[in-house]
Amino acid sequence: MDKKLIYLDNNATTRVDDKVLEAMLPYLKEQYANPSSMYDFAKASGHALKEARGQMKDFFNAANEKEIIFTSCGSESANMAIRGVLNMNKNKKHIITTKVEHPCVLNLYQTLEKQGYSVDYIGVNSNGELDLAQLEEAIHFDTALVSVMYANNETGVIFPIRKIAEIIKRKNPQTKLFVDAVQVAGKIPIDVQELGVDLLGVSGHKFHAPKGVGALYCNSKTVITPLIIGGHQERGKRAGTENVPYIVGMGKAAEIASDFLKYEATEVRRLRDKLESGILKNIYNARLNTGAAQRVPNTTNIGFEYIEGELILLHLSDLGICASSGSACTSGSLEPSHVLRAMNVPFTAIHGSIRFSLSKYTTEQEIDYVNSVLPGIIEKIRNISPYQDELAELKKLKNNL
Amino acid sequence: MWDYSEKVMDHYRNPRNVGKIDDADAVGSAGSLACGDQLKIYLKIKNGIVTDAKFQTFGCGSAVASSSILTEMIIGKPISEVRKITNKDIADQLEGLPPEKMHCSVMGYEALEDALQGYEDYQDLEDIRADEDKKQKIVCTCFGITENVIWDAIKQNGLTTVEEITNYTKAGGACGKCKGLIQDIIDTYYKKEESKKTEGLSPAQRILKINSIIENQISPELQKDGGDITLVDIDGNKVYVKLRGKCSGCKNSMLTLKAFVEMTLKDAISKDIEVIEVGA
Ligand SMILES: Cc1ncc(COP(=O)(O)O)c(C=O)c1O
Ligand code: FES
Repeated sequence: MDKKLIYLDNNATTRVDDKVLEAMLPYLKEQYANPSSMYDFAKASGHALKEARGQMKDFFNAANEKEIIFTSCGSESANMAIRGVLNMNKNKKHIITTKVEHPCVLNLYQTLEKQGYSVDYIGVNSNGELDLAQLEEAIHFDTALVSVMYANNETGVIFPIRKIAEIIKRKNPQTKLFVDAVQVAGKIPIDVQELGVDLLGVSGHKFHAPKGVGALYCNSKTVITPLIIGGHQERGKRAGTENVPYIVGMGKAAEIASDFLKYEATEVRRLRDKLESGILKNIYNARLNTGAAQRVPNTTNIGFEYIEGELILLHLSDLGICASSGSACTSGSLEPSHVLRAMNVPFTAIHGSIRFSLSKYTTEQEIDYVNSVLPGIIEKIRNISPYQDELAELKKLKNNL
Repeated sequence: MWDYSEKVMDHYRNPRNVGKIDDADAVGSAGSLACGDQLKIYLKIKNGIVTDAKFQTFGCGSAVASSSILTEMIIGKPISEVRKITNKDIADQLEGLPPEKMHCSVMGYEALEDALQGYEDYQDLEDIRADEDKKQKIVCTCFGITENVIWDAIKQNGLTTVEEITNYTKAGGACGKCKGLIQDIIDTYYKKEESKKTEGLSPAQRILKINSIIENQISPELQKDGGDITLVDIDGNKVYVKLRGKCSGCKNSMLTLKAFVEMTLKDAISKDIEVIEVGA
């Protein structure tokens, strides 16, 4: 089948920007020196590394380049921040996080619980917004770390990091704040000083750099132990010869992303909203899972009631359209996504929830195409459903609105 | 992405026999909306033959494909044949399903069984399903899976591990609390199979079997160490053997006998076997 590719799964990973690839190539080809070496030949890679560090500092609006640590991915950034903080505060055994974190954080906390830590998982409301009162109440003298994502990968809902930082300062200024910012990088501005965070992690492949490179911001007042022990690289915080080409790529991607923030906030948002309102208008069993919550501009999570998500994805895929689902059948586990469950998405819609995530490469024609074919796909699947009476009821309800 | 066969893809893209039969003679269902998949099957039956079948499914690609192909498999078939269809047959007709998706074929089987159970001509229920009450007990509360379903999945597919049970029935796939119970069911099943194996043996068959195990399993093992064993007599559960070569007279011979010969025979025949060494 000759089909075009319509990639609406940018929260999973993104296409590498051509300019990023171009910036990387010299360091994959002729400039292969180890940046730590003494000879002139190593100067170019040494400079490139320094420049990328500067680009990441600007991307985060960090105070100092020394606050940037290069890692291999978002998961490593998170693991390093969390373990690093806990190791430096061995007497404190309490951690606060949310029920909707990415598995790279949640699974780590479950491991830490087995090692004697107590972890509070803060819940969300039905729009996916964090319960700040619960968070405030949970902080006490023994709390070593609060760990909250900036935006959720499945819903795009943004958490009020600045407010959380203020709460922490008020309740226990010793408590460190780590922010998994993987899903906001390149979508909304990140300003670590204004936010008042201690640590913040990102992953290159979510903002048009390649897979296999990430960064951790760790402010100068926060001391952490390294995760990978060895050489002196990254000021002893992360051993291993620097992945110069990929770091260069991420630096470039960060620079480009900053320039595109305005486009994200206007054009990408407009296209996302067009897709979303098109679906909600034309498909009577569709519901927006996030209500009026504040979201990153590129993400929409929609529940299709009484039908199942994998089947929707398979039909979309037949037309070259890539999206993802929180349904049990696709998650590899037998249960639907922990995020949608934490939000109490009704069980009629949770298995049929689909996430569309756009990028700067998404075009108006693509969105129009999806809006033109989706109602037919959904209808086809609805017709197989055993819930014909319930669907008819829904249809009546929607028509009367 | 799942690695679906062409057949599975064809059936979820173009499902056959979708819909409802208003005056159906038998209706069956399996699964639930809350659990993420549900299947309903409607049958028209005339003179013991399934003349029409339709389905409605809420579920993933393989659930739709399983239901769709099931209707094709049963239309035009006599009930007696339809009754013999297992989940494995459904999966085979689809040219296989990914292991994690086998529960979709089980659901097809369950819905079909449910339909036939409700059908009045379905009489010899008793033989097929012994200790019915016990097996209707819910084992996995997360997915509402009964012992019955797990038992059938083991029987039809030769499953041996809890993980396989989860792939085939979903039981154990959420909170995991029921995993111990599932293991118990597996153990019980294979113990029953085991006792069935030997209970059915006549005394003569039993002697032949003991002899063959000694010759084919035990003797070669002992020969490796330069020894050997001969069967002298069998009297009920008592097995008299003679040891030859290095083993005989060796201080460890009693140990060898008890730990190895007896264990091997106990495993294969029955727990009551006793091995006795006769004069060298
Ligand atoms: C919120 C969030 N955190 C962390 C990660 C992990 O990033 P990586 O795949 O680079 O380890 C992801 C990726 O899906 C994510 O969405
Ligand atoms: S009871 Fe079976 S998985 Fe929870």
